[in-house]
Amino acid sequence: MARRVSVQTRIGFTVLAWVIALLLFSPILWTLLTAFKTEAEAIASRPTFFPQNFTLENFGAVQERSDYFKHAINSILVSFGSTILGLIIGIPAAWSMAFAPSKRTKDILMWMLSTKMMPAVGVLIPIYLIFRDLRLLDTVHGLTLIMTLINLPIIIWMLYTYFKEIPVDILEAARMDGAELWNEITHVLVPMAVPGIASTLLLNVILAWNEAFWTITLTSGRAGTLTAFISSFSSPQGLFLAKLSAASLLAIAPILLVGWFSQKQLVRGLTFGAVK
Amino acid sequence: MGSITLEHVNKSFGEVEIIPDISLDIEDGEFVVFVGPSGCGKSTLLRLIAGLEDTTSGKILLDGQDVTDAPPARRGLAMVFQSYALYPHMSVRDNIAFPLKMAKMPQAEIDKKVDYAARTLNLGSYLDRRPRALSGGQRQRVAIGRAIVREPKAFLFDEPLSNLDAALRVNMRLEITELHQQLKTTMIYVTHDQVEAMTMADRIVVLNAGNVEQFGSPLDLYKKPANRFVAGFIGSPKMNFVDGPEAAKHNAHSIGVRPEHFKLSTTEGAWKGTVGVAEQLGSDTFLHVQTDGLGLMTIRTDGDQTFSHGDVVYLTPDPTRIYKFDAAGKAL
Ligand SMILES: Nc1ncnc2c1ncn2[C@@H]1O[C@H](COP(=O)(O)OP(=O)(O)OP(=O)(O)O)[C@@H](O)[C@H]1O
Ligand SMILES: [Mg+2]
Repeated sequence: MARRVSVQTRIGFTVLAWVIALLLFSPILWTLLTAFKTEAEAIASRPTFFPQNFTLENFGAVQERSDYFKHAINSILVSFGSTILGLIIGIPAAWSMAFAPSKRTKDILMWMLSTKMMPAVGVLIPIYLIFRDLRLLDTVHGLTLIMTLINLPIIIWMLYTYFKEIPVDILEAARMDGAELWNEITHVLVPMAVPGIASTLLLNVILAWNEAFWTITLTSGRAGTLTAFISSFSSPQGLFLAKLSAASLLAIAPILLVGWFSQKQLVRGLTFGAVK
Repeated sequence: MGSITLEHVNKSFGEVEIIPDISLDIEDGEFVVFVGPSGCGKSTLLRLIAGLEDTTSGKILLDGQDVTDAPPARRGLAMVFQSYALYPHMSVRDNIAFPLKMAKMPQAEIDKKVDYAARTLNLGSYLDRRPRALSGGQRQRVAIGRAIVREPKAFLFDEPLSNLDAALRVNMRLEITELHQQLKTTMIYVTHDQVEAMTMADRIVVLNAGNVEQFGSPLDLYKKPANRFVAGFIGSPKMNFVDGPEAAKHNAHSIGVRPEHFKLSTTEGAWKGTVGVAEQLGSDTFLHVQTDGLGLMTIRTDGDQTFSHGDVVYLTPDPTRIYKFDAAGKAL
């Protein structure tokens, strides 16, 4: 029998959920509204809610000062490039951990995860120096490489969890049917894991898209992505809240849309395959 | 062709030795059943032959060729799994065609073979469905179809019927036996059901704790069990065993009498006892008799005889059909 929930409880929880959702959404809403205000209105000591003088000039100013499209293309290249590269490395790695584990597989998985527990600043200097010496500073491929390395543990973990749900019998059947390793992976494992691979892809594209620390420290003009683009507007010289908001809005819009249309996949991805 | 030879095969998982040392000769075209209690290593032995597990030591020969180190894809054997292991993302047609596709057969030929297999197995009307939309029996047929299209050297079955209901199991049992008579291809069939073993096999391998207890025809095992384990395992209901002075009268450490080899009387006989439970199957009746001093015994009588709880009966074992065993359990 379904649990009975009283009307009061239901109303209570609904209101609570709306309040929390609005609280979480409020910064984005604030950014959205501010982007259409004039600079003066944005910093007015009596804040307005809706823009009094609706204006698009911030967007023009932003594009004039710094090329939005160049940064957007860099973001696309880096986020998709690093994720696809990560999948190419991660799928075989997760296959071996899920279906041909050794005694140390669990340790390796934990070790990979532990690298995510360390603050990135801890390796800033060595990575910066390596990048400098290899002439990877401010290059799209260099940034793609570091983003792949950063997200690889998450990619492998997610794929590993999904692959664990696939009965090994089916892969063994493929082997008996004459499938060599490559065919086993491409014809059987990958098609069966499509939902898992898709949510891994989505989540990691978003993570790479929003990554700011390495992007800002390792790039300047040429290879900067949209996070670098935003940060270039938060200058200490003066407050340009409206322009900063316009830049932020432009930067998050694409990924917000992607996230919106793939909510289902994302929830699956974030629960790491726990919900079937 | 499909003769399979095992030479001193040993298999350990880490420290645990599962199969100490097995040598077997399976002839081309034979239907061999591996039977034994749960955990005795039947599946492991089958998977070693398949190549899904690596041997720790020893050799496996296929048609005289050493395949010990060959991967499963190169051995040319087909396997039917207990879980069916169909590809959930492919239609029935693509499932059956998969091994042919892997063998890079031309599409026209693939279509011909798939259609033929589908007709043989009555799968014609399901070819475009996904496995999810099939019943257990139909799935099992698809799994068999996928195995037969590629004309393997031998078929390996790992308890293929254990997920089916009793009636369907009997049907599929017959179908597989018929398939074997039709194809005349070597089949190795793993089961823990000794009725399946007796009815399907040309020869049976009885396994116990990773050792071959006996390898012979079903009737051989029934009539001349090599030891007490085989005697107890083959035959249903189980053989009754008696130790002590009663066995000593026959110069044995223990003796065994099958439930069907007793003369039953209400007035006189060798061993006296009281009926506990009487299981009436219609054709037969199984009596569980508590004997005086010799323990509980199962007796098989025809279904017309009626006994009930508490009846006193006398049992006389057929003297020509008493099995004798020494202290180590070996048949005398
Ligand atoms: N991969 C493995 N790692 C460790 N031990 C294993 C492995 N596979 C099987 N075993 C062990 O080997 C023994 C034999 O297993 P196997 O599956 O061959 O038994 P079985 O005769 O097929 O039993 P059942 O009738 O229950 O299927 C069992 O004790 C099992 O725990
Ligand atoms: Mg088994």
